[in-house]
Amino acid sequence: MRLPAAAGARVLERREHPVARVVGLAGLLVLWELVTRTGWVPPLFLPSPLGVLAAGVEMVQSGELLTHVATSLGRILLGFGLGALGGVAVGLAVGVFSLAEAVGTPLIAATFPIPKIALLPLLILWLGIGEASKVAVITLGVFFPMAINTYAGVRHADPLLLRAAVSFGAGRWSLVRKVMLPSALPMIFAGLKLGAGTSLLLLVAAEMIAAASGIGFLVLHAQNLMETTKLMVGIVLLSLLGVCSHWLLTRLERAVIPWRADA
Amino acid sequence: MTRPVKVVVRDVSHTYRDRSGQSVEALAGVTFTVEAEELVAVVGPSGCGKSTLLNMLAGLLSPSAGGVGFEGDLPAGRPPTAMVFQEFALFPWRTVQANVEFGLEEAGLATPERRAIARRFIELTGLVGFEGKYPHQLSGGMRQRVGIARALAVDPAVLLMDEPFSALDAQTRQLMQEELLAIWERTRKTILYVTHNIHEAVWMADRVVVLSRRPGRVLEIVPVELKRPRTEAMLGQAGFVGAVERIWALIKSQAREALRESVA
Repeated sequence: MRLPAAAGARVLERREHPVARVVGLAGLLVLWELVTRTGWVPPLFLPSPLGVLAAGVEMVQSGELLTHVATSLGRILLGFGLGALGGVAVGLAVGVFSLAEAVGTPLIAATFPIPKIALLPLLILWLGIGEASKVAVITLGVFFPMAINTYAGVRHADPLLLRAAVSFGAGRWSLVRKVMLPSALPMIFAGLKLGAGTSLLLLVAAEMIAAASGIGFLVLHAQNLMETTKLMVGIVLLSLLGVCSHWLLTRLERAVIPWRADA
Repeated sequence: MTRPVKVVVRDVSHTYRDRSGQSVEALAGVTFTVEAEELVAVVGPSGCGKSTLLNMLAGLLSPSAGGVGFEGDLPAGRPPTAMVFQEFALFPWRTVQANVEFGLEEAGLATPERRAIARRFIELTGLVGFEGKYPHQLSGGMRQRVGIARALAVDPAVLLMDEPFSALDAQTRQLMQEELLAIWERTRKTILYVTHNIHEAVWMADRVVVLSRRPGRVLEIVPVELKRPRTEAMLGQAGFVGAVERIWALIKSQAREALRESVA
């Protein structure tokens, strides 16, 4: 049986529900506040959202939060930057040169599945317990998705565009810069977003294992002292960092890839 | 006294290996020339090696046997050919302006010079006002104007066109054919035009090279006895109809065989 025209349209339609988006998030916060207010759950296990906010403000004023955030940001930015640069460089090389591809792909395939956090003890052994080992583990975590995505992006460059560029006199270097790299940009940005998530994860893990400051340290230390409110401040902070980095990368992507029809 | 450049295709054959490792003969002993300022069309059934031929002339492929070349004096810095592609092949990350400038960049021209040259061909192809647009913001017809402007901008001795309008709808195609003829009247560019559309070939070309199905051989070179500039009124004239009928008679059985082959 055929659907009448209007019913068909309703099936295909997807509505936006802008109010529901806000209500869902606000509802969760209100419910959370109520659950803690009524005393169903003791604040030691679940502090109230307003309490977390108050503790956060207090920690900002005392300067405690700033130290932790600055330390963590420093580690993550350095690790992310190094990993992204290295990953793009290696991914480009492996995508462009057949020899690099022959050498590189089995190496990457063999090392990529190792959970990077498992390398932290080794990195501490090699680089010491200081900043270097923490930055290094983040670098590694970002390097692989970046290298693999860049490589895939380069290899998926449209052969027609490559032919067109060569027919207009492009040499190998021009081909890399003017066709392969722009072709790979959407994949590179997908890698950056993936890497941002991974680097946050590795940051926290590294700071929980061996650190005297940073958000990961804050979370673990607060738990040791049964300061659940401070612990929650740390978690909220991490969630904010994740949201901000994703937002920033999306904005950057739109600025760098203005030709995408869907952007 | 510099001699004008002409295209010489002499006894060209090409064999390639397909994925299963079998060798396929695409072209067999193809010979023809394109004189300076001439517009020559190549028609043939699907799989006659038309694109192979163009790729050779563009320097993207070497013939297995025979020679593809240019006779005459090519001024330094001018490329022998530039190609207009069926699927446009515009760089999606470049604006119209930057796409038109691509070949000039590769030729090492300075920015002001590139701008000025690109400007000329943007005007010639009716793209004024669209310089800052990206290809995805343009209609098919406008995209191919960019393709034509990009190719003309490098001032090639010969313009190669690989079914340039076959991706367009019928009405746009008709308009683009007229525009290309108008551009030809103004630039007198030597053009080698590959198409599977016999009407298009006859209406545009001075001579039509008719290829057989694979392996492509020259069945006949049909001259078109129509004056220039070409007008729509000529579509009913005996010179037009006669040439179309002659070519269709040559190709029909070949096309039928090609059709059966692709079904099987």
